Amino acid sequence: MAKRITIDPITRLEGHGKIEIFLDDAGDVKNAFFQIPELRGFEKFAEGRLVEEMPRITPKICGVCPTAHHMASGKTVDAVYGVTPPPAASKIRELVNSAFMTEDHALHFFFLGGPDFVVGPTAPKAERNILGVLGKVGLEVGGKVISMRKRLREIISTIGGRVIHPVCNIPGGVSRGPTKEERDQFIAVGRDAVEFAQFALTVFNDVVLNNKTYVDIIVGDIYKHNTYYMGLVDANNKVNLYDGQIRVVDPDGNEFAKFPVSQYLDHIAEHVEPWSYIKFPFLKKVGWKGFVDGKDSGVYRVSPLARLNASEGMATPLAQEEYEKMFSVLGGKPAHNTLAWHWARLIELLYSAERLLELASDEEILSDNIRTIPDKTPNEGMGVVEAPRGTLIHHYKTDERGRVQKANLIVATLGNSAAMCMSVEKAAKGLIKGGKVDDGILNMVEMAFRAYDPCMACATHSLLNTPLVDVVVRDPDGNETMRIYRDDAGNVRREKK
Amino acid sequence: MGKKPKVAIYWNASCGGCEEAVVDLAEDILKVVAAVDIIFWPVALDFKREDVEAMKDGSIAVSFINGAIRTSEQKEMVELLRKKSGLVVAFGSCAHMGGIPGLGNVTNRKEVFERVYGTSESLHNPEKVTPQRETGTDVGTLTLPEFCDTVQTLDQVIDVDYYLPGCAPPPDLIMNAINAILEGKLPPKGTVLAPDKSLCSDCPRKETKPDEIPIDKLTRVTDTTPDKEKCFLEQGLICMGPATRSGCGERCLSANMPCRGCFGPTTEVLDQGAAFLSALASNFDTKDPDEASEIASGVVDPIGVFYMYGLPSSLLKRVRLTENQ
Repeated sequence: MAKRITIDPITRLEGHGKIEIFLDDAGDVKNAFFQIPELRGFEKFAEGRLVEEMPRITPKICGVCPTAHHMASGKTVDAVYGVTPPPAASKIRELVNSAFMTEDHALHFFFLGGPDFVVGPTAPKAERNILGVLGKVGLEVGGKVISMRKRLREIISTIGGRVIHPVCNIPGGVSRGPTKEERDQFIAVGRDAVEFAQFALTVFNDVVLNNKTYVDIIVGDIYKHNTYYMGLVDANNKVNLYDGQIRVVDPDGNEFAKFPVSQYLDHIAEHVEPWSYIKFPFLKKVGWKGFVDGKDSGVYRVSPLARLNASEGMATPLAQEEYEKMFSVLGGKPAHNTLAWHWARLIELLYSAERLLELASDEEILSDNIRTIPDKTPNEGMGVVEAPRGTLIHHYKTDERGRVQKANLIVATLGNSAAMCMSVEKAAKGLIKGGKVDDGILNMVEMAFRAYDPCMACATHSLLNTPLVDVVVRDPDGNETMRIYRDDAGNVRREKK
Repeated sequence: MGKKPKVAIYWNASCGGCEEAVVDLAEDILKVVAAVDIIFWPVALDFKREDVEAMKDGSIAVSFINGAIRTSEQKEMVELLRKKSGLVVAFGSCAHMGGIPGLGNVTNRKEVFERVYGTSESLHNPEKVTPQRETGTDVGTLTLPEFCDTVQTLDQVIDVDYYLPGCAPPPDLIMNAINAILEGKLPPKGTVLAPDKSLCSDCPRKETKPDEIPIDKLTRVTDTTPDKEKCFLEQGLICMGPATRSGCGERCLSANMPCRGCFGPTTEVLDQGAAFLSALASNFDTKDPDEASEIASGVVDPIGVFYMYGLPSSLLKRVRLTENQ
């Protein structure tokens, strides 16, 4: 008896998503599809717009990572005008971007990806959430996370005006720099952020790495794909989240390509499927061979572990130590383990915090010289940054008055779109046998995409998830004091013990 | 239990920024959770559509709905939520006026598909595949919702009780709205829950704004670095402040950038872009038609600047659809 399992909508994902799993007569998985039922058409309605408005328009693609789009767009507009911002302007932009990466990565661990590990992948649904995490690591941590998020986001709104959709990037620089008082505050936040990142790594070490079961899941075959990896690197091939060249390594870890964003069309192409609105990027020089891994398939991966795989280390000292430790535990580089994305994300968290502190401490950001006014006729340009979810490329071509004629975007999440489909299918095939399916198994299928999708919105929204679904509140001795659950009629009920 | 009002939060063609805005309530979010039961929030909760379908009509006290309407699935969902809800609040610029995704009304489905799946520079699509409503595979049929030609505001699809403006709405206005609902101190239906005065009246630069702004030339931020103190319009930079409602906290202005109108117009204005155009043109510092047209040529993309957030809700609504679209 063939059966079909639909998970719709899948949860703790930014944007709409749907998983369809088809079972054969024996109840084993025949096929699984990860579908994206959404499209808004930014590339098309960008046509005709003023190019300097693009840094204000394109962040609306994603309210979770608007800062990444604002940065990629700002850099693209610079390229369109052939203008180089003064060093202070570039540093201010990177500082804002570092604050953003730090808050985003931190929240992912505690609110989204964290519950699957800290609480446990097949723990009851009721505990697999932020409250469960707090139960393990202590309540004060929750306050710490909320406060850290708020202070980091204040850095973005101080310079960018708004934290959701900042506006400071203009052609050739920024519209505003920090005052000395603001800068002093940035330094204080940066120091605390470094400490916070180290704390997060300690939690990961204690709760995940010291648990053999978890380590076995991480290194096991169900969550593993031998793919190419892509990420931005600096001149020394160290991870850089704001600028540099795009480096690609093959599944053996050898450099396959390294190029400036201006050559992206020689390296990246996008495949279309009739069953999803999302496109599937692949390495042009390898070719699209379908949803398969290996050296002959052009499927590549992006975002934290991909970036660490595609680099030769971290540019800051504390993050470098953690980088070395991770690859030694995972048995060398590249690491193909999808769930190790969570670990890599924490190493990038530490890097971003260290980089934030470095930039905040740099006297140059107080310079008045934060703008180079363009003097060339606008034409065509590309820009790239690393968004939390991967390599993000913008490409605009304009007329001589700076009106956009063509816009093309390779959005970060797309970089993993083929791999997410493969990971969901492989996890479903490995976990669902003989028609046996339960919540824990389906969650372990969802973990296959969640590892790629460090979505802060979803993550933080889980804070609200817990009191409303099925929660057990316990006193410090572990006695149940209250239970909040949904009854058969769908009403949320509370019971005091 | 059962006494706390039930609240739903839903999103359509949007970016997730409105969800972030709720999380940015920070400590206040705990007060909200204590006062209401959130019974549907797909981005965060595991409740599904059938859970909402099973509820009694009108049993949700209020649904906060963000995003514009672009797909068939979004239409069905908001119609369902309307039926189940006492109040519906259009949350954020996209639900209120169409927002930036509303700029999609300069084009249509066919052109979007041609660009995204046909001519995009990075595309490799030799068989010219496009997403289909239904795709047969050897294991079963996969479906996708319909992508519509026209972006609609929420109140073009369902009856809306209140509007929370902004991209995204600021925390203080969100909390005011929630408190008003909890305390039953609601203004007349159809009210935009923000001050009914122009941004200029709250602008930190208003002291430098002359009563009449003589504009002899328009400029762009590309060509100048905005002065940090002076009225943007006086600098010749287009700032939508005169035609835009206040209440945003002057966030863009604090970053030394002019307003782009995300709060929409005040009550007395029918069409934000037309109102701005009228205000702008009446300040042109000339009586000579040729000179006026010379100044006006500085407006390079009127639709993208005057209607950046509000094309679907404007009198224009969209660029005309022609044959075969």
